[in-house]
Amino acid sequence: MAQVVISSLNKKYDEVHAVKDVNLDIRNKEFVVLVGPSGCGKTTTLRMVAGLESITSGRIMIDDTVVNDLPPMDRDIAMVFQNYALYPHMSVYDNMAFGLKMRKFAKAEIDKRVREAGDVLGIQELLKRKPRQLSGGQRQRVALGRAIVRHPRVFLFDEPLSNLDAKLRVQMRVELKKLHERLGTTAIYVTHDQVEAMTLGDRVVVMRDGRVQQVGEPLELYNQPTNRFVAGFIGSPAMNFASVRIHQESSAVWATGEGIRVKLPPAQAARLTPYSGNEVALGVRPEDMRIAAEADSGEMTIDAEVEVVERLGSEILLDVKVGAATMVASVDPTVTAKMHDRLRLSLNPDRLHFFDNTSEAAI
Amino acid sequence: MIEGARWRRWVFFYLPLTAFVVSLLFPFYWMIVTAVRPDNELYRPWNAPNYAPFWTLHPTLEHVRDLLNDTLFGTWMLNTMLISLAATAISLFCGLLAGYALARLKFPFAGSIGTGIFITYLVPQTLLFIPLSDIIRNFHLGDSPWALILTYPTFLIPFCTWLMMGYFKSIPKELEECARIDGAPRWKAMLYIIFPVAIPGILSAGIFAFTLSWNEFIYALVFLSSPEQKTVPVGVTSELVRGDVFYWGELMAGALLGSIPVAFVYSFFVEYYVSGITGSVKG
Repeated sequence: MAQVVISSLNKKYDEVHAVKDVNLDIRNKEFVVLVGPSGCGKTTTLRMVAGLESITSGRIMIDDTVVNDLPPMDRDIAMVFQNYALYPHMSVYDNMAFGLKMRKFAKAEIDKRVREAGDVLGIQELLKRKPRQLSGGQRQRVALGRAIVRHPRVFLFDEPLSNLDAKLRVQMRVELKKLHERLGTTAIYVTHDQVEAMTLGDRVVVMRDGRVQQVGEPLELYNQPTNRFVAGFIGSPAMNFASVRIHQESSAVWATGEGIRVKLPPAQAARLTPYSGNEVALGVRPEDMRIAAEADSGEMTIDAEVEVVERLGSEILLDVKVGAATMVASVDPTVTAKMHDRLRLSLNPDRLHFFDNTSEAAI
Repeated sequence: MIEGARWRRWVFFYLPLTAFVVSLLFPFYWMIVTAVRPDNELYRPWNAPNYAPFWTLHPTLEHVRDLLNDTLFGTWMLNTMLISLAATAISLFCGLLAGYALARLKFPFAGSIGTGIFITYLVPQTLLFIPLSDIIRNFHLGDSPWALILTYPTFLIPFCTWLMMGYFKSIPKELEECARIDGAPRWKAMLYIIFPVAIPGILSAGIFAFTLSWNEFIYALVFLSSPEQKTVPVGVTSELVRGDVFYWGELMAGALLGSIPVAFVYSFFVEYYVSGITGSVKG
């Protein structure tokens, strides 16, 4: 059980500044997910915690020890790799026992721990097999088993589920969550999949271009993104953005754009008043849009033309054209919209996001 | 496989394959026939009425007997075996470590050192034997097995290094990283994880190095002079060709017996060998 403190962490390769001033405070027993597009520095950060990558500047502490210069074996961590990295010439049992053998555990203790892990992961019958005789999901379990037998202070996961097919991925995701619940070991998990991040993480760290964009609980990221990047990255389908002009009209603040006419609620009106006369980006999630009813006022609406109708069963995704931009609206499955229909969408006034056009920060 | 009509398969697959196999195997066949053909048939003129170069009706082991009794063939075999094994062991050891270092460790000029090693492999032996013979003389190693055991690695180490470097690069880096997180220092990760996984590559390099030293001719010819020190390729050609007299039967018997160990080694490890040259490791 341990906490990990990362302060002003930097990684520079010859030309590339891969990780820029990352500060992160990971609490004991916490499951923290680093998420971001490829090349955002999340894996590099994880590898620096593991000791597989040298640190250009900054400090990594596990509990009270600065581990910057400790070799990986002395950090008391375990890592699960994307390609599992099972030792192909060893049986499943030996794969899991290897780390314990290297640490000179007694034979009986090794046996006990390996069988325990086998029970937890449901791979007792596979212990004698070689990795090549296993399916993807089984290999994944062995890789997990190899990590848990050591009872390390910190688990590191580097996109462990991305080689599995979609169905298995969902299943393993749930099992990982249960496993963490049961073991309570501090875990750092890297993924590019925001759904994985949202479902697994106690807290999620969104990264882009080597910088941390936002750290927070999943719903905090979803409800209060600090900038346009986080807003667009978290949530599926992604948030819609449109350029709107802020102006005051008859003692109310309005945001208008092509096909868009929104009267801002008081709280937001106050924040946006300084932007009066300027363009800002309006962000609205697909699930916060619905087909306008007759009774709705025209104060919170978007006029759109349907381009594509995607029926998913539980909902319908409407790809609509608003002015020159395209947006996606998630509407009730009973809606009978057709392609090329013109319709009016109503927005949820409490769930509008505005972003500064230059800094991209939330307003 | 070639798709389509039967004749296309014959023209584009079976016929070229047959031509290839026949032209490859014919020298071996010729060697065997000559080795078991009695002398009176061997030296029969081509226009004699019963001239039959491609087969014999009176096979004999007389040449093999002569080879074993009248020459030092047994000694040559032992010499060759000893020299090849020792040279292969030295080269494999150095090649493994050097190949690993070039593939995995980060150090200045790693790339250019790798290229440099490869270039030394390209220097022809016919050019190198002149300075090498000078060195051999200075160290008083001439006419002893050490002359070859120590000079064969000059071309075997670059070869092994290059082959092993390629093989190590095909092994996922994560295997080793995982071992190091699991608690193994680098040398243990190398010994327990990487080398066992690289066995096909190691065997290929070993087999190839063994074959190269077994067949080596020019260094053996230059550095060894007394008959009892010679290796098979040199012994057979220098002792069984006297002036302009070729003892064809014994020559071919020697070539035949001399190629048996190599053929044996190949057939034994052929599967490893193929996967070593072509394959990599699947996770």
